[in-house]
Amino acid sequence: MSLLARLNTPERRELLWLVIFAAVILVLLPAILEPFRLNLFGKYLTYGFVTLGLVICWGDAGILSLGQGVFFGLGGYCMAMFLKLEASSVANTKIQSTPGIPDFMDWNQITHLPFFWQPFHSLAFSLAAVVVVPTVLALIIGVAMFKRRVGGTYFAIITQAIAAILTILIIGQQGYTGGVNGITDLRTLWGWDIRTDHAKTILYFVSGITLILCILAARVVRMSKLGRLLRALRDREDRVRFSGYEVANFKIFAFCFAAAVAGIGGAMFTLQVGFMSPSLIGIVPSIEMVIFCAVGGRTSLLGAVYGALLVNWAKTTFSEDLPQLWLLAMGGLFIAVVLAFPNGLAGIFRLAIDRLPNGRGGRRQPGITPVVAEQAGAPQ
Amino acid sequence: MGGYSLTDLVSIMAMQGFAGLILFSVFVLMALGLAIIFGQMGVINMAHGEFLILGAYMTYICSHVVQTYAPALFPVYFFAAVVLAFGASFLLGIVVEWLLIRHLYKRPLDTLLATWGLSLILQQIYRSIFGAREVGVELPPWMMGALQTTDSIQIPINGLIVMGLTVIITIGVYVLIFRSRWGKQVRAVTGNRIMAGAVGIDTGRIDRYTFGIGCGIAGVAGAAFTMIGSTSPTAGQLYIVDTFLVVVFGGAASLFGTIASAFTISQARSTLEFFLSGSMAQVLVLLTVVGILMLRPQGLFTLKVRR
Repeated sequence: MSLLARLNTPERRELLWLVIFAAVILVLLPAILEPFRLNLFGKYLTYGFVTLGLVICWGDAGILSLGQGVFFGLGGYCMAMFLKLEASSVANTKIQSTPGIPDFMDWNQITHLPFFWQPFHSLAFSLAAVVVVPTVLALIIGVAMFKRRVGGTYFAIITQAIAAILTILIIGQQGYTGGVNGITDLRTLWGWDIRTDHAKTILYFVSGITLILCILAARVVRMSKLGRLLRALRDREDRVRFSGYEVANFKIFAFCFAAAVAGIGGAMFTLQVGFMSPSLIGIVPSIEMVIFCAVGGRTSLLGAVYGALLVNWAKTTFSEDLPQLWLLAMGGLFIAVVLAFPNGLAGIFRLAIDRLPNGRGGRRQPGITPVVAEQAGAPQ
Repeated sequence: MGGYSLTDLVSIMAMQGFAGLILFSVFVLMALGLAIIFGQMGVINMAHGEFLILGAYMTYICSHVVQTYAPALFPVYFFAAVVLAFGASFLLGIVVEWLLIRHLYKRPLDTLLATWGLSLILQQIYRSIFGAREVGVELPPWMMGALQTTDSIQIPINGLIVMGLTVIITIGVYVLIFRSRWGKQVRAVTGNRIMAGAVGIDTGRIDRYTFGIGCGIAGVAGAAFTMIGSTSPTAGQLYIVDTFLVVVFGGAASLFGTIASAFTISQARSTLEFFLSGSMAQVLVLLTVVGILMLRPQGLFTLKVRR
């Protein structure tokens, strides 16, 4: 058997794509990009976490969440709070009227560190909170909604409202959250300066490797019976319910998984970019994350991550040169994807592979069934 | 509440209540259009705010044209502007339905995404034509004043006009939906699309005009909106979440529910705004609404619909 033929089982082909992805992220991009650009791609990678979660939640389980920015932001804020406390040591802040608390609190006449900031002195607690806080919020929302069989468009609107609530809350409570500017001026992680080019390159690799681990975890979920059930309840929820499964629990799992991964992405964003602000987590950024996922392909893990990289790269490039065209291009792209290519770039790519002349057409990779055109979408 | 006397408090409550009524009017105008579209067709129109802004810009253009070419008519231009705003949004709505929405009826979540793309495009078009800065519409002098009812209570006239407009539009929608032949067809399609088609109703045409009228009402809301706020390309986005919550809270297919929930939400917000900061009032109201929706997902008032 030739090497190519042995590689040609569906599982192995999928692994091969993953290896290629890892090579692009960890070897190709660092080799060809200068540190500034690589840092930008590090930022785009953190959105890859969110789109990865959306593949499980939206592509597989059919739950459209317009509030992923909330989870991204919670993860990011947990990280930012730790970094901010480290940056606000008594020595660094001795010109303030109350040394030892973050500068924005001092500006807002707050003299004590609020109780919910206290635990963020600990790195271990903060790292745990990055995953736990978004997951717990998702669990609460999920239990409240899915147990009552709220789904479809209603769920989308309510998650959007939650994104609005969180943003207004953060902006309104300036003294506790840094307000509209967010938490800025982050300096070190356990004494390690995160602002240098060198540190940002290292953080890029940390993001890339973490992302690949998350892709592997998501892949395990998709290949398992759990993943098959998620896709089954997306297409025919009632049949799954009548088969004796508690549908709500599976939906809650998918939503929590997406939230946890988004939280990790948010924390990496804070480290890579050096700040976190409400403008990154509101309604508009949340929908943009869905756009990244839709453009890349909502049923393909790698497609969705490539989508996040490509759309963000295009956004940066276009808004440098032709800012007025960017919104038009983005809107048009989005309408085109929804109307003509519901499976995004990954769907186009898959079609192209299937059309290859050497007789491999018709094979589908397991666990990657395309979205059916007619989803059972009536609001319940 | 230390520093206030009883009469002060009464007039504060009255003024605050009136501010709530103006907010209520705008909510109702926006939500009516959305409720018709969402309730009738199950379509989520994320570009609804941009249809509102289209109406607002139409009013802006109208005021300039009248001021330049027919200053004598300036005092009454606003009524022409309302008609123009309705017409423009109605036409755009029909075109959008034909080009975009009708291909997506079976995929409601995808409509949401596609109309979001549409809203981005419309925003950029507005920005290219009218500039990114906010524009205000000049009102004729007689609309600017305030009625002095007692020493401490003032009622702004433009607020009264907005409310009057809301009442007229609401009655118009009621008559259209519940008293006209067309409305009967709309309700038939909502109730049972297949049977409605079987008895000879052109459901595609009904959908198109329903969408158009929903957008047209958003345009009227935009015209009313110019009297209480300034217009910018992205102003529509600020209201879209509130409006969706109003519609969902009221029960998607029920016009009465929409009005009741618009009233509750706007009054709660403007009353709370007096006691708390504006942002906290908004957070509290939104949280309460989301909380109630978790307990009662079908909204306050529901309509039995065969799917």
